[in-house]
Amino acid sequence: MIDLSLLPDGGMAWLEASGPGSHLVVSTRVRLARNLRRHRFATRSDGTEREAILSEVEAAAATTEGLRRAVRFRLDRLDLLDRQLLHERHLVSRDLAAPESTAKLRPAGGLLVQDQASVMVNEEDHLRIQALRSGFALEATWGLVATLDAELGQRLAFAFHPEFGYLTSCPTNVGTGLRASVLVHLPGLVLTKEINRILQGLTQVGLTFRGLYGEGSEVVGNLFQLSNQTTLGKSESELLDKLGKLVRQVMEYEERARQILLRDATAILEDKVWRAYGLLRYARTLSFEETMNLLSGVRLGVGLGLIPNVGMYALNKLLVFTQPAHLAAAQGRALAEDEVPVRRAAYVRQVLEEEVGRRAPAPPT
Amino acid sequence: MKCSHCGEREGVVSLTQIIEGDVRTVSLCAKCAAEKGIETGIGVADTPLGGFLAALGESTDPDAPLAEALEARCESCGATLRDFRETGRVGCAECYLAFDAPLRELLRRLHGSTHHTGMRYAAGAAPRQLEPNRTAVELREQLRRAVESEQFELAAELRDRLRDTE
Repeated sequence: MIDLSLLPDGGMAWLEASGPGSHLVVSTRVRLARNLRRHRFATRSDGTEREAILSEVEAAAATTEGLRRAVRFRLDRLDLLDRQLLHERHLVSRDLAAPESTAKLRPAGGLLVQDQASVMVNEEDHLRIQALRSGFALEATWGLVATLDAELGQRLAFAFHPEFGYLTSCPTNVGTGLRASVLVHLPGLVLTKEINRILQGLTQVGLTFRGLYGEGSEVVGNLFQLSNQTTLGKSESELLDKLGKLVRQVMEYEERARQILLRDATAILEDKVWRAYGLLRYARTLSFEETMNLLSGVRLGVGLGLIPNVGMYALNKLLVFTQPAHLAAAQGRALAEDEVPVRRAAYVRQVLEEEVGRRAPAPPT
Repeated sequence: MKCSHCGEREGVVSLTQIIEGDVRTVSLCAKCAAEKGIETGIGVADTPLGGFLAALGESTDPDAPLAEALEARCESCGATLRDFRETGRVGCAECYLAFDAPLRELLRRLHGSTHHTGMRYAAGAAPRQLEPNRTAVELREQLRRAVESEQFELAAELRDRLRDTE
């Protein structure tokens, strides 16, 4: 098994809940798609060429400030469980990790991680330069990515078209190659049934939404990843500004929805969040989906100050550590299918109990 | 993104369901969406990439027989338009010159523009945020004409010169 403690913060500083607006926003991610001019793109390149691409990127990265100390992984040389771990931790995409089957592994897939920035090599594009930070932090996250892009761009020959901009394997990423996404928790809008209208509105103004694990993943636990849809025709700062403004607006709507619920449905709301807490605190088996939905209830309760003895950091960590590969890693072995929900429930109970111990218990009312 | 129903074909319709306040998004391929009788309000052909890829097989221009257009090759990587239609992925950087017209049209449909206004890249230097100068504008126009008349060698040279000026 790989040792994720090699990463300075286990690759999880983004879970800290220390960033701006972290009562509503879990994390901010920015990625840039880049390709090497002299190499064929992913669908046309064979194993040899992919090896060459990985070597070139690694050699260039070794001389950059941003990746000089990077921890490196070769996805195609890792076991299934290790790849799942990296995927669950949001360090590597489903596409590169092939968390379901080794047969779908791409040859020479690489991952370089240093602090909160990383580069995936030989994914859909030769390079996916990305950064992930806690809370609503578009500018800071973009700063990390832009710095790394500049460093790598001076050492590698990127594919760039005078009119179209950065060229990518899929035409949907051409231009800036930029995708910025903000993971927001919107239970208020879901409970007040306004979410549909708002998501439709966002789609009309060029935003898109996805689930916790990005493209193709389902929305669970009322967590929505909002990101820019188009990448060409607007500059990087215009794209980021627009996304930022719209996310702020969605956050305001969410706050308003929560206040309305608190005012008009106090008892129902309190009951909902405490039931969620009660189930998580005492259940003996939990499916992943149920866990996510209950965590959403508790998160809402914590955000509204209804539930005192839980920190956002613990809730964020539960998003990742209740997933199958992390539960297996905690046991140091693969788990049987029926063992997973039991281990998950035990882990959740333990975390919530520790939280109570860590925080001064509220006096009984 | 694979179809969440059959798990085999590529999902082309993204469907958001809200059931008792629970929001779910599933991706379905055209076949499964049709089989499930889901009224998505958007046909496959209405998604820009899907519609474009489908339309690549239905050339209405009698002077450009379908098969021939689809078999045109990028000299650099050997990819054809047919490959692009099947995978939705471009073969290499040169493909954007070799298949300039269809890809330009696709970019316009996907993004509403073909003009990158973000950071300018120059090999060996830090990317900068600059308005292209006059020379670049002229070179770009020449490049467009070269590509239109399928003078790919000239186009490649112009592209390199453009890269130097920017």
